[in-house]
Amino acid sequence: MSVKPNYIRPIDFKHGRVDMNHGAGGRAGAQLIEELFARAFDNPALRQGDDGAALDMPAGHRLVMATDGHVISPLEFPGGDIGCLSVHGTLNDVAMMGAQPLYLAASFILEEGFALAELKRIVESMAAAARDAGVPIVTGDTKVVERGKGDGVFIATTGVGALPAGRRIGGAQARAGDVVLLSGSIGEHGVAVLSQRESLEFETAIVSDTAALHGLVAQLLAAVPEGAVHTLRDPTRGGLATTLNEIARQCGAGMLLHEADIPVQPQVEAACELLGLDPLYIANEGKLVAIVAPEHAAAALAALQAHPLGRAATRIGVVQEDPHGFVQMCTRFGGRRVVDWLSGEPLPRIC
Amino acid sequence: MKYVDEFRDGAVARGLAAAIAAELQPDRRYSFMEFCGGHTHAIARYGVAELLPPQVRMIHGPGCPVCVLPIGRIDQAIQMALDQGAIVATYGDTMRVPASQSLSLMKAKARGADIRMVYSAADALKLARQNPQREVVFFAIGFETTTPPTALALRQAAREDLPNFSVLCCHVLTPSAITHILESAEVRQYGTVPIDGFVGPAHVSIIIGSGPYEHFAEEYRKPVVIAGFEPLDVMQAVLMLVRQVNQGRAVVENEFTRAVTREGNLAAQAAVAEVFELRERFEWRGLGEVPYSALKIRPAYARFDAELRFGLGYTPVPDHKKCECGAILRGVKRPTDCTLFGTVCTPENPMGSCMVSSEGACAAHYSYGRFRDIPVVSVPA
Repeated sequence: MSVKPNYIRPIDFKHGRVDMNHGAGGRAGAQLIEELFARAFDNPALRQGDDGAALDMPAGHRLVMATDGHVISPLEFPGGDIGCLSVHGTLNDVAMMGAQPLYLAASFILEEGFALAELKRIVESMAAAARDAGVPIVTGDTKVVERGKGDGVFIATTGVGALPAGRRIGGAQARAGDVVLLSGSIGEHGVAVLSQRESLEFETAIVSDTAALHGLVAQLLAAVPEGAVHTLRDPTRGGLATTLNEIARQCGAGMLLHEADIPVQPQVEAACELLGLDPLYIANEGKLVAIVAPEHAAAALAALQAHPLGRAATRIGVVQEDPHGFVQMCTRFGGRRVVDWLSGEPLPRIC
Repeated sequence: MKYVDEFRDGAVARGLAAAIAAELQPDRRYSFMEFCGGHTHAIARYGVAELLPPQVRMIHGPGCPVCVLPIGRIDQAIQMALDQGAIVATYGDTMRVPASQSLSLMKAKARGADIRMVYSAADALKLARQNPQREVVFFAIGFETTTPPTALALRQAAREDLPNFSVLCCHVLTPSAITHILESAEVRQYGTVPIDGFVGPAHVSIIIGSGPYEHFAEEYRKPVVIAGFEPLDVMQAVLMLVRQVNQGRAVVENEFTRAVTREGNLAAQAAVAEVFELRERFEWRGLGEVPYSALKIRPAYARFDAELRFGLGYTPVPDHKKCECGAILRGVKRPTDCTLFGTVCTPENPMGSCMVSSEGACAAHYSYGRFRDIPVVSVPA
């Protein structure tokens, strides 16, 4: 009697679907982890296969930790998918603290019936994003929910990074007189996703700007003295407007922006015009706001512009004393207005 | 953006502002009502009010279809979705309008109602085709701009003999609302609300033409200038209104010649006339019942009329008793005159109609202009 070399039949990624067995804690789940996740994310810590990962931290640094849940429809969009987004989003949150991102953890909630082929594409995109960023996914988890109780796949990622002990970068550090810099044009991610929504579907050349920003941050911080950069923030959900309002609230000051200096690609502007949306409130995934001491603003801006992800960086305004914390804007038209928090979801107007 | 940026040019705006200031008679004030929410939004978003001389006051009229939608109508939509299991499809900005029992379509959705946001009446029709086992109701709101697409959807439904599609028709009419304002006691008794002229709606006029406003100009001696929604359109209209007032003229002028004619879109008007007829009375939020101010579905299309199909009765529901929306919509009060403004009533938690849509007078002032109410220490940029 001949002994079969492998009693386990490989997963059929071409035709297979996620089923409840994949989340039952048994062989099917282990097989999915081994044949998909571990293979795609492969690194020494993950290879141990333990419940957690024991990791080294550089001496003289504080640990920064950030976590982010990713639920997005559609899962794949021009310029990216939920996989690379879940890597970039969390890495960027770590980077916005002024820290070097070191490790990622990922948790997957899969819906019964979800095509394994699509899952494989998403996981491979995620692995490529992590590899390109130089940040390994060292531990993770997979759960399956019944059909109808999920939206295909939800991915939660947690990132840790190392922050030099004396560095203090945060929303509360901004102060009146500081200069507000923006690394590039706004609204591309949100418009790319909107263009794929089933009910909307419009043709656009716009692709998501999703990108890992830690390289850009490192270049910025290297170009100015320690302490010159007061705040870093990536304007994701809620867009630039919401991000600046958050910072204004944290630091107890206001801001004055100049609309003419805020870059918006013509296609984004046109799509927003058509839908009755404002680019200031549309999500970005590869842009940052840097609030910098005025004497170092020119050097900071030059450093941003010298990086491929910051070529279109501009100075968009200043932080100003204002106990009410208004973010105001001089419009291109010549008037002035408040740039307010987003109220609920940005909804298209009817006419 | 070609064909848009030209109408947002700051240098031209300053020139127009200077021209307006130069033509004002020093001893008089000018009050113009912009009827349309689109104008209110443009004025607030681009800071047009700051460029206009202080002698010119813009009064925000009732021309936001979301703002004037009464609570009782949203209650009907919620009832069909929550109690009768229908899929209710509607335009996005209708989702947040407050209804009875602290509900809105969005909150009803969270309670299990099947409410879908659509971008057109045709999308609602598509939903009906995709869900043959479910009743699909299009909650149709809006002025003359959104009425023709609803008429076309109804005609198409009849052609296909769609058994599961109906429309809750809440389409309203611009001219009747303007008449209502001009007939209101505050406007007729000179001095309470002086209205020297109207900035007429852009999109509505593309459909109905400029003809229907001639009556106001002649009968009520109020100049009307139909204007586009770009900020320069609004400023140009103000200049044209100032000239008419100064010359003692009251005629309909068309600033928006790039899209509006005297006759309007006859094909659209014919489609609307085929499918809809006048309602004798319809309640507007903030204005109360306005006679002959809305449309209902003609008997020939009765099988697609959600009110008949679901046996819906209409129960008017009063606004919060301190809400001043009615007075604000008629220009009697400003948003800041309302004690609820910015405290109890905010865009996150709107109490009254003017705070609901970004085109509402209160929401526009709250979102874009409230810094003017509070002195702010500014550092030059």
